[in-house]
Amino acid sequence: MADKIFRVNMTDLTTSVEEVPADWAGHGGRGLTSTIVAAEVPPTCHPLGPNNKLVFAPGLLSGTAAANSGRLSCGAKSPLTGTIKEANAGGTSAQLLAKAGCKALIIEGQPKDDNWYSLHITPGNITLNKEEEVVGKGNFDVVETLTERLGKPMGIITIGPAGEMKMAAANVSVKDPDGKIRSCGRGGLGAVMGSKRVKFISVDSMDGKVEIADPDKFREANKTFAKALVDHPVSQALGTYGTNVLVNIINESGGLPTRNFSSGQFEGHEEISGETMHDLIKERGGRVKHNCHKGCVIQCSQVFNDAKKKYKTSGFEYESIWALGADCAVDNLDHIAEADHLLDDIGIDSIETAVAIGVAMEAGVLEFGDGEGLVRILREEVAKGTPLGRIIGAGAATVGRAYGVTRVPVVKNQAIPAYDPRAIKGIGITYATSTQGADHTMGYTIATNVLGVGGSVDPLSKEGQVELSRNLQIATAAIDSTGMCLFIAFAALDDTTCLPALIDLINARFGISLTGDDVVSLGKYILKTEHDFNTAAGFTKEDDRLPEFFSLEPVAPHNVVWDFEGEEIDTFWDF
Amino acid sequence: MKITVKLFAFFRQDRFKEEERRYPDTTTVTDVIQGLGIAVDEVGVTMINSRHCALDSSLKAGDVLAIFPVIGGG
Repeated sequence: MADKIFRVNMTDLTTSVEEVPADWAGHGGRGLTSTIVAAEVPPTCHPLGPNNKLVFAPGLLSGTAAANSGRLSCGAKSPLTGTIKEANAGGTSAQLLAKAGCKALIIEGQPKDDNWYSLHITPGNITLNKEEEVVGKGNFDVVETLTERLGKPMGIITIGPAGEMKMAAANVSVKDPDGKIRSCGRGGLGAVMGSKRVKFISVDSMDGKVEIADPDKFREANKTFAKALVDHPVSQALGTYGTNVLVNIINESGGLPTRNFSSGQFEGHEEISGETMHDLIKERGGRVKHNCHKGCVIQCSQVFNDAKKKYKTSGFEYESIWALGADCAVDNLDHIAEADHLLDDIGIDSIETAVAIGVAMEAGVLEFGDGEGLVRILREEVAKGTPLGRIIGAGAATVGRAYGVTRVPVVKNQAIPAYDPRAIKGIGITYATSTQGADHTMGYTIATNVLGVGGSVDPLSKEGQVELSRNLQIATAAIDSTGMCLFIAFAALDDTTCLPALIDLINARFGISLTGDDVVSLGKYILKTEHDFNTAAGFTKEDDRLPEFFSLEPVAPHNVVWDFEGEEIDTFWDF
Repeated sequence: MKITVKLFAFFRQDRFKEEERRYPDTTTVTDVIQGLGIAVDEVGVTMINSRHCALDSSLKAGDVLAIFPVIGGG
């Protein structure tokens, strides 16, 4: 299928399939969503109003046989941060959209009535239908009901109750190969989808295929690329312990935020660690390895069963476990798994929501360590949209304001994840300067600050952190455009065959001749496009700062504070 | 001298999570690793008292040494 732009106008309820403008042809994934949002969304618009647009784009390599290429990007102006936003997830939809010839799906406008709608995409075609049956349902029920109704396996992109209620932390949820949920998690894009009154999008690629300009070169490059991924020791550890292998090493480094960022180590770290989780999964007949999309050779996901050996959750990530665990001082992995399952079903960001609950714990809404209370709040308050549930669902900053808390770990209103910036300073630069609010994935300095991947930069020193974060943010923006999982970066940082093979894949797919320099230029272009959008939306360099408490409160065990001056942070943009 | 040694991920298999162990006064990080039968090239990160350290760092009495294989996530 030739690539097209699929467009839906929810104001007049029309659809169209358009040629790809020349300026967009070389883009995919985050590069394309950010290009389209920057081109078509007024930066000062209300994120939940008719002028915002929700954009989906598979990556440049999605839908091909390239290993790990099944990430789906979703972009808009964020209702949480007010900045431009891209969040990506695995699942089956990126590959199916690409096979259906959908280079991007743009949802614009807003219905004048209170009806809910669904979209259905097939090769070269998109239809809009009224929806009643699955409105109000949780994500697992939506996927089950639709799989039965549609009669064959399809891609499903949906919002849960959080998105319907336009909570600022709501996910866009994506069906995975097992009918479970992966999440475009950060920045409340589910609320934007809810504001468009679109409950779900189904994708049937039928016999559509992605055209490859040079199949032999593509096959050869993919072999080299997949080998680099499989051979890297980080990939092997990810397949065994998942990302949760990080709990113990981040705790040991003194950078594991605990009890709403009041300490850098958690006494219950061993109980919630990747090692403990691995043993429990085996004991309960779960799956240690699991892929979130077809073609993943790393398989960092897993299937975690409860004590009765029944499915409880999958894609049980370090950042979610940290947020529900150490940040809320909960040391019971079953309570954390129950919460993770509920968050998937409600369709709300596991980082934002759990950090918000950590702030609520500090305010005395419930005790630190109360795992059962945390689960109850998700089930009885957030899922049902009670006043407390809506305050938590609006994110950590809103909870802080509602309860008068000063220790509120957010940048541009988005919750800081899993790594304390006082003890791991490079990631603080990423949190401060990211175009999308605090987000570790934007420039994962943990690799070099803590894990010894891609060299080594002392986490407690200021030296080299701005440059490290800048280089990683540029590279990440480019990788996020390919449809590749970010975990290819570990191999790319250490194995010299990995990145050239990735560039060969893109060249063979499109019959072009990109170089390494072109990829760096692409990354810079994306960051600057996003930054320009934010500037036009009213953001200044004064917004590129961490909350004051990081400068005032030393964090144990290293007893260090955040000590970067504003002018030092601002040098990030010198490129 | 007494050193607390912590092991992580698959380094724990057939060994231990955490142990207080006795070593001669001039012991280095590499000595401890080799003494445990761990291949040095499998080691990703070592920390003494929660600070990253080089493999040839010397240990002193009471130190806590953490030894990790090459791991990642995020």
